[in-house]
Formats: sequence, C-alpha cells, structure tokens
Amino acid sequence: MRVRNPALWYIFPSLLFVAVFSLYPIFASARLSFYRLILTLPWLGEKFVGLENYQDLATDPVALHSLTITLIFVAATSIMEVIIGLGMALVLNESFRGRGLLRAVVLVPWAIPTVVSSQMWRFIFNDRYGMFNFLIFGEKTELYLAPLADTLLAPLAIIVGDVWKTSAFAALIVLAGLQTIPDELYEAADIDGATAWQKFRRVTLPLIRPALLLALLFRTIDGFKVFDLVFVMTQGGPADATNVLQFYGYKKTFAEGMIGYGSAISVGVFLFSLALALAYIRLLGARILEKNGTK
Amino acid sequence: MKKLLFSLYVTAIAAFSLIPFLWFVLTSWKSPVQITAIPPELVPDFHWGFYRSALESYGLLGYIRNSALVASATTLVSIAIGSLTAYALTRFHSAWLKFYLMLLLCVSMFPQIAIAGPVWRILNGLGWLNTYQGIVAAYIPLSLPLAIWILTTFFKELPYEIEEAALVDGCTRLQALWRVVFPLAAPGIFTASILVFIFAWNEFFFALIVLTSPGLQTLPVGIALFPGEYTMPWGEIAAASTIATLPLIALTLVFQRRIIRGLSAGAVKG
Repeated sequence: MRVRNPALWYIFPSLLFVAVFSLYPIFASARLSFYRLILTLPWLGEKFVGLENYQDLATDPVALHSLTITLIFVAATSIMEVIIGLGMALVLNESFRGRGLLRAVVLVPWAIPTVVSSQMWRFIFNDRYGMFNFLIFGEKTELYLAPLADTLLAPLAIIVGDVWKTSAFAALIVLAGLQTIPDELYEAADIDGATAWQKFRRVTLPLIRPALLLALLFRTIDGFKVFDLVFVMTQGGPADATNVLQFYGYKKTFAEGMIGYGSAISVGVFLFSLALALAYIRLLGARILEKNGTK
Repeated sequence: MKKLLFSLYVTAIAAFSLIPFLWFVLTSWKSPVQITAIPPELVPDFHWGFYRSALESYGLLGYIRNSALVASATTLVSIAIGSLTAYALTRFHSAWLKFYLMLLLCVSMFPQIAIAGPVWRILNGLGWLNTYQGIVAAYIPLSLPLAIWILTTFFKELPYEIEEAALVDGCTRLQALWRVVFPLAAPGIFTASILVFIFAWNEFFFALIVLTSPGLQTLPVGIALFPGEYTMPWGEIAAASTIATLPLIALTLVFQRRIIRGLSAGAVKG
C-alpha cells in the first residue's frame, strides 16, 4: 500500500496541535470580535453586532492611549536593545580570556523567568527599600520617589526592565552576523591604514546591517507581546500609564468578561504583529526557504 | 591603555547583566529587620529564614513540582512531535512543506492575547482547565515552532547516505529515524530540549489563565501572585525567585554554547 504523501504522516501530530490551539483560535477570535458576548451579563446571549466592537474600539480613549503607550514602549525598547546588543556583540566577537564566561553571564538575564525579573525591578523601584532611590538620593530618604506610582516614571521603569532582560537576545543575532565577516576585509583595511572607527563605520556596520534589522524586527514583534512585566510591576497603572495593548485585552477578556470587545482588541494586536511578521518574511524569506535559516 | 579600556568595557557588560539580579539574591539572605531598612542595607546577614518561610508557609514546593512536571511533559511531547516534523521537512520536498515552515514561523509570532480567549474556551469544553494536560496542550503549539526550527537546522546537516544504507538494509523509515537519525542528531535534540524546557518553565500568560487553582499553579504564577496583605513579603519573593532561577542559571552556564547555537540557528526567540 503506497501512501501518496508520506510526509503528511510525519507532520500530522504537530499540525494537529498547531491547528487546534493556534490557528483555530485566531479565527475564533476574529469571529467573536463581531459579536456582543459579555460573561457578566449572560442574558444578553451571543449577538451578532457587525463592526460595533471595532467602532467602540476606535473611539475608546483608553484603547487609543493603550496603543500610544504600546508604540512608545516598542520603539524605545527595540532601539535600545539593538544598540546595547550591538555593544555586547562587538565585545563577544573579540577573542580574549574569559570570553566563554562572559557569553554565559550575558545570557543570565535572558534565562531568568520574566516574572522573576519583573518582581526584581519592582523591588528595585520600590519607594522605600529600593536600590533606585538609594543610588540617586543615598541617605536623604525624604527625597525618595515612588517611580511605579508616577505616570512618567512607571513606563520608563517597564522599559528598563525589558531592555535589561532581552538585550542579550539582540546581541546573539548581531553576533551571528559579525561572525560571517571575513578577517581579510579587516586586514585589507589595516593595510590601507584605516582607524578602528573607520573600520567599524565602513566595514562592520554595512555588513551587519541585515543582522541589525533582523534583531530590530524580532524585538519589535516581541515588544507587542509585553505582558508579564506590566502584570507584575504596575497592573497597567498608575492611571493607565502602562496599560499596554496585551494587558488591556487581557483585562477586558478575562477580568471583565467582555469577550466580544476583548476579541476586537486581540485582533488589533494580531494585525500589528502580522504586519511586522510579513515584513520579516519579506526581508529574510528567500534566505530561509533556501537554507532553513542555517548560516 | 587600550587593554585597560577593553577590560573596563567587559566589566561594565558583566555588571549590567549580573548586578540587579545579584542584589535580589542578596535580599533573600537578609533578616526581616534588614529588609525593611530605609535606606536599604547592602550586605545581608545570611539569614535563611525567608527560604524556610517561602517553602513552608507559601507552598513553594508545590509550585516547583508543578513547574517541573509541566516543563518536562511539554519538552518530551514537543520534541517527539517536533522531530517527526523536522525529519519530514528535511527529507521530503514539496511546496506545501515550505509553506508549513512559514506558517510555523508566523504562529510563533502570534501575541498570546490573540488566541487566549478561544484556547480557554476549548480547554473549558474539554474539562481541561486546571489540569496538567490542559496547560501542556496549550504549551505544545507555542514551543513547536522553536523546536522544529532548531531540529530542522540540525537534521539538515546529517549525511543522507547513512540513512540510505539503513533503508537498503531493510529498515523502515521510522526504524531508520529511531536507530540512525535520532542518535546522530542527539546534540540538536538536546539543544532544542533545553530551549523548550526554559520556555515552558518561564511561561506566565497561559499559566495564569489556565491554572487558577493554587495547588496546580506553576512557579511564575506563584511568584507573580505572591500574597501580601499590607506589605509585600519581599524576602520570601526574593527567596522564591532565587530558587526558581537557579536551575536555569545552571543550565545556561553549563550549556552556554548550545543555547547560543540553538538561538541563532533559526534566530527564533525562546
């Protein structure tokens, strides 16, 4: 008995899980976003309301504020992470004693559960016992600030938490890019009498541009998913100052039971991520299809 | 001079990566008086009280057991299923296999909230909320893209000739996979396992919505929802955080090379 496409049998188990727990849910979310379904008001039932949820979303000041906050967060963290990541990668690419150890050390923040690093930063930014106040004001306890209760400092605190946690990931992608640069190019530059800065500016930077873009794109897509940090550090507060989209969607869906409206928010977040993912595939798709991403 | 600057740079990177967490670890060894000192005290008394209290009064052992079970089960199933898929992706050729790989890449980029509601409803329908199989079922598709991506890069490097020899000798494809490909791809399988394990150990969003009964919650949920009535029990939180992180730091220090290779293999986030 010949099976026409044997590959299907190998793929079937993974396809089953992906279809049931990832693909179907996306379509179900999209469908529910056209319904009014509120768990706390069960007598309303499940009523088709067309685009009403999206109209509400477009005029909901909290949602629009949430989008602004998310975009600021994504822009700030991804840019800072790529710059710090580049700084780390340049060092990790040099050969020196203890390089292996430094590579492991850099990975520590990446390996820590986000919930743990969030509690850590929450404690660092604590208004009384926190290191943040101690470093800035020392013994002058009367000046101590409560950063997580401040509408300007709380978003900054979340940004710091994310940059600390994931810069190493950006560094790894940039490092992979640096390792593809042949030594001959630097030797040639040396013969031409180029300074270190000129070598960086004229040789390194142009050649790692794809890696930098890739790191930026990955961090952007991931930035839209920020949740743990906000849940632990601020619960979206103070006064919605850190109410990022994914947290807002969670609150509407799971805390308030507004399934329809929550789904409209989740579709919005999904479309943003999808646009970025498509940009990513366009940027690197050809390379991935040919080599499955191997270098 | 140049050497000195370089060492300074290296030290700065190490300090950036380690000092915040180190301070949190030191906090866990403080005494109750020290922890509420204003301004904060730097050197702890090396007091183990918070560890005892986290383990005894806050049920930390239960969270550790749940996390270990969930992360191990997710790793086992994901790697088993993922290996089969990765094998097909590298040994058979068709347009829709490539499409499937792209699809997996897209799936790995979905924000959790976009699928959370329906996933909850499916698990509710199956009666799987607050069960280990429920959270593992939710984790498998989330970790599969990462696992498949890494395994594919490793499987690709295996010479096809050895496998062909096995097939000629009368092995079925599955036998060849089990006896020849898996042993040869062991380093790749191991690397993918570490990354999937770390993912499942750290995951919070789905654990939060699927596991609401305290007896079943994993470490991240336990640590995020640490009960504190008027003041936060910072000592216990720091102790629990240290315990939750130790296995991961040990894995990272020992398998640094593999982790870096795995992460940059497909440049997929873990």
